[in-house]
This record gives sequence, structure tokens and C-alpha cells, in this order.
Amino acid sequence: MSDLIKKVTQLLSDKTIDVFIGYEKGSADRIRATFTRTPEQAGKLIFDASCTQNLAGFLLKHEVKKLGKLGILANVSALRSIMQLASEFQIKDGEVLALFPNADNSFTEFTDFHSIEAYLETTDVGIKSEEQEMITRLEAMTVLERWAFWNKEFEKCIKCYACRAACPMCYCHRCTTDVNQPQWIPVASHELGNLDYHLMRAMHLAGRCVNCGECANACPMDIPLNLLTYQLIKPIHDTFGATAGMKADAVYALSTYKPDDKENFII
Amino acid sequence: MEKELKILKYTDLPKLIERFRSQGYPVLAPIRKDKVVEIELVESLENVALDALLSTQSAKKAAFPKVEKVLDFTFGKADVKQTAVNPEECKETILFGVRPCDASGFKSLDAIFGETPKDELYLKKKEKTTIISFSCPIADEYCFCTSVGGGPGNTAGSDLQFTGISKEEILVEILTEKGAKLATMFTDLLIDAKSDIDKSKFLADVKVVFDVNSVVEKTTASFNNTALWLEQSLRCIGCGACAFVCPTCACFDFQDEQNTKKGVRLRLWDSCGFSLFTLHTSGHNPREVQSQRWRQRIMHKFAYMPEQLHVVGCEGCGRCSRACPVDMNIKEHLTEIGSQIVLIA
Repeated sequence: MSDLIKKVTQLLSDKTIDVFIGYEKGSADRIRATFTRTPEQAGKLIFDASCTQNLAGFLLKHEVKKLGKLGILANVSALRSIMQLASEFQIKDGEVLALFPNADNSFTEFTDFHSIEAYLETTDVGIKSEEQEMITRLEAMTVLERWAFWNKEFEKCIKCYACRAACPMCYCHRCTTDVNQPQWIPVASHELGNLDYHLMRAMHLAGRCVNCGECANACPMDIPLNLLTYQLIKPIHDTFGATAGMKADAVYALSTYKPDDKENFII
Repeated sequence: MEKELKILKYTDLPKLIERFRSQGYPVLAPIRKDKVVEIELVESLENVALDALLSTQSAKKAAFPKVEKVLDFTFGKADVKQTAVNPEECKETILFGVRPCDASGFKSLDAIFGETPKDELYLKKKEKTTIISFSCPIADEYCFCTSVGGGPGNTAGSDLQFTGISKEEILVEILTEKGAKLATMFTDLLIDAKSDIDKSKFLADVKVVFDVNSVVEKTTASFNNTALWLEQSLRCIGCGACAFVCPTCACFDFQDEQNTKKGVRLRLWDSCGFSLFTLHTSGHNPREVQSQRWRQRIMHKFAYMPEQLHVVGCEGCGRCSRACPVDMNIKEHLTEIGSQIVLIA
């Protein structure tokens, strides 16, 4: 029996948690999220290198929350999502128990925000090197080239909103896209509708994105949507010194004001 | 009409597409675009991907595109002048190299859009589309066409079907009058085929995994089985990927785009997976949670459509499962529904 199964069996048996959000084997070579509610179900849990999906989005799903006290298998992205959601008052301290998979196959248990913060302080939260390469390539482009790049990508979009549904930070009860009085974003999946939607989403994630990449993974049309929000990480950091998902009591850089904020971006 | 069998050479396929195009027919075919394959207008033969297992999206967009103008309007001083799109204006189109599940998917769409009041925009486009399907030499674990009455060589919905029978030769089945008419454009490339060719030898092996009648019966009886729908959909995140890649999903929305002088009315794909789909103006949502929306998706295809339109709203192509970001697998879910012991009160 793996350490994970043992640990979750124990947590469920002693009622520390009511449900554990983890991974199980999925279709073909895929993995999928599973919601373990009894010690007997824990046997299905797996953890290996393919288990990269950020499960934190499920913490806010109504029907999952209703199952009781939540435990979650949380990688770095999920821990950061929890921090970001905490800073936005979506999760309370002590509400979620997170098991973090260590490199030696053991699991660290986090039961409060402070211990997650302390762990993240010592962790590399940067974006992956291949993604950084793409961003460097995009930044090296002229404005017109970049415009052409994104227009070509957005042409593929069918507005299924999988990116929004998969994003742990897209939890708005009523998304701007769905507001129709006034209609900010054209509903149609045409050139303008696609462009407006993706730019709006990127702007709403500026400084909130925890670079988990779920938007791009979710996209059935293979649009590298993560690059849009990743590109905003550095400017927000350089301008305001803020990195998303590191502190539970962080104040969102774009909704606050400090007297010593740089004003060099104001034209 | 009685079907005719002919043989075409593989090496003549590009010639065929070129001939259609030179005669002014728009040709829609699977096109490779980066990592995805899409059914799109052929602009050059270079990226045509006839070897792809399936395109990400289905062929429904040939007659039911994701965005479609239905009327123009202009505001006058006291009235609004409307000009509806004339269905007759659509062009004769050739859908080339799609799979049998794409062709047969139009049966469901025909049934839905053919109900009174008839949807002339769809019906006219469909009528003017000639479908050349390619039977499937390969399948993957998501395919389950044989469980819903189809198959890798199913000819339903196709006007012509091509099956590779050797490295050099394609068996051409001329199935409809429309297909026969199109075939006159390449008679010189065809030779007669022996009538005893066993096509099944050249098709993928797709195992039957459930009994569709049982799935229909059990789905119909499971409306109130909230535990079933909740359990299946706990990981569903409520996007519309499944519906938008589905060959039979036909739900749509209307949106007006206008300025102070004029505007257009557009028909757009919609999905029962979205919470917004059923949200009332009052704020009440009759399908409040995702499990109810999942139930709707399955019940529509396996209970309501069989009951009202006498078709099962699924072709077993597995596109929804491949596209699903959270690995909802419809083949698995239907197998589970079909194997339930339902107690009918």
C-alpha cells in the first residue's frame, strides 16, 4: 500500500476529513480527479509524474464543498492557488487539509495557511523553462508580429470556455463574459468575440495567475492560453513587487494603492 | 438507389479534390493545423489529413457553423427593416474525407432541425452538401460507434464512401443519387469493382461495449437517480467542450450585434453544460448544479431524442471524451448506466 493510500485511509477513518480530492487512473494514459469519501475508496488513489493537474479548482465547486471537510493532493500550483484564493477570501484558514507530494514519495501535511506560506517561501515558483522560452520569443516579436501570432491562435477558439472552467482563479459567480446588461464582450465566437474574451480574461488574471497552466491543458483546440497570463506575471512583479499565491493575507496589487507605487506607467 | 461499387487509385485523390475545386465547389476536409486537425475549406492539398483518426471538431459545422448570420436589420425612423438570410443562397459544398460517424451524425441534426417549424437555413445547407466519407481503418479506446448502431464502415448519411482496400486502391461505394451525380465528375478515374469485395476486412475492430436499448431504457428510468448523476459528474467543470465538438449537439443561442443604425442577428452554438444556459431573468436556475446539467446532456441524447425523434443522439465518435479537460468518459458513463439494476416503482 502506498504512503498516500495509507495516509488518506487514516484521515478518512479518523474523520479528520470527509473527502479527499486526488488522482486516479483515467482513460487511456490519462489521469483524472477523484473524490475519495470512504477508506475503501482510497485504494484507487495514485500519484506519479503524470499527476500534474491542479486540483485546487475543485475546492470551490458547490457540489464538492457540500461533501464536507476537504482534503486535497496539492502540488505547488495547488498550494499557490489555495494561497491566492485565501487572499481573495474564498477559503478560510483550517478549512482545507493539503497533502503535498515530496520528491522522496513522502507527503507533507499542511493544515494551516502559515505552514503553506513558509513552505512556498523556500520553493521555486517560476514558470517552466520551455514556457519561458516561448515567452521570450513572444517578447522579442514586434507588436504587429505578436498581434498576428495571437490572432492566428484565437482563430481556433470555439468559446467552449474550458480555459475559464479549468482555471482555479476563474470562480466568479457571474463572469464578465456572461453579463449582458451591458454586453461587455460579444458572445459570438468570431474574431472580435474571441479576442475580447481572451484579453478580458488575461486582464482579470493579471497578478492573480499562479502559472499552473490548466487553461492551456484544458483547451481542446490547443491554444497556448497560459502564455497570455504568464506574460503578465513579470510586469506585475517588477512594478508592484507582487507575486500571486504566496501569502494568504496578500493584498491584490491592482486593487490597492501605496504612496510609493511607481507611476512610470501612467502616461 | 442500389449502391454501385467502383475502384479508385489512391494516387488520384489529389486530382479528385482539384477537380471539385476547379468546378467551383468549396471542399471541406480534415486539415492539419499545428497539433489539431480541423474540418475546413481546402485551400491547398498540402495539409489535408486524410490519415487522421478524427478531427477535433465534428463535421456539423458544414451545415451548422459556430457563428451564423440569420438576418440583417436597419433602424428606420418609425420601424425596423429586416432582411433574413436567404437559405437558397448557400453553395453546393463537398464534405470530403470525414468519418462515418460524422456522416451519420447528420441524421440527428436532420431530425432536430427538420421538426416543425423547419429550420430552412440548416436544411438547405445540408441538402446542398455532398458527403464523401472515408471508412475507418483505425480506432482508439474512445471509439464506441458499434455500441450505438454505427460502425467503422457505416454508410448511413454518406453519399459516397471510400475504403482503402490495398496500398494502391480505394473501394468507392456510390450510395445515393447525390453521390452518383458527383461521381459523374470523375467517372474516368473509376473502374468497376468486383461485387464480392469483403469491405469488413479493411475496417477497424470496434468492440460493442453496451446494449444501446438497455442504455436508453435505463437512462429514461434514471431521471431521479440523483446519486448516479452526481457521482458521474463530480469532476465535471461545466465547460462546453463536449457539446462543441459533438456531431449531434444542436443547441444554439441568438445574439444581436448592433449599433444605432443597423445590426445583425447571429445564431451561435450553446451548451447545456453551461450554468448560464438555463438561468432565468429572475435569477432562478432550474438546473442549479452541474450534476443536473450532466443529467440533461445524457438524458437528451439517450432518453428524449429516442422518444421524440426516434434517433439516439450519439454516434459513438468519442470526441467529447477526447476533448474533455477532466477526462469525463462517455463510453464509461453509458456502460455504467446500462449495467444498472433499475427498480421501476
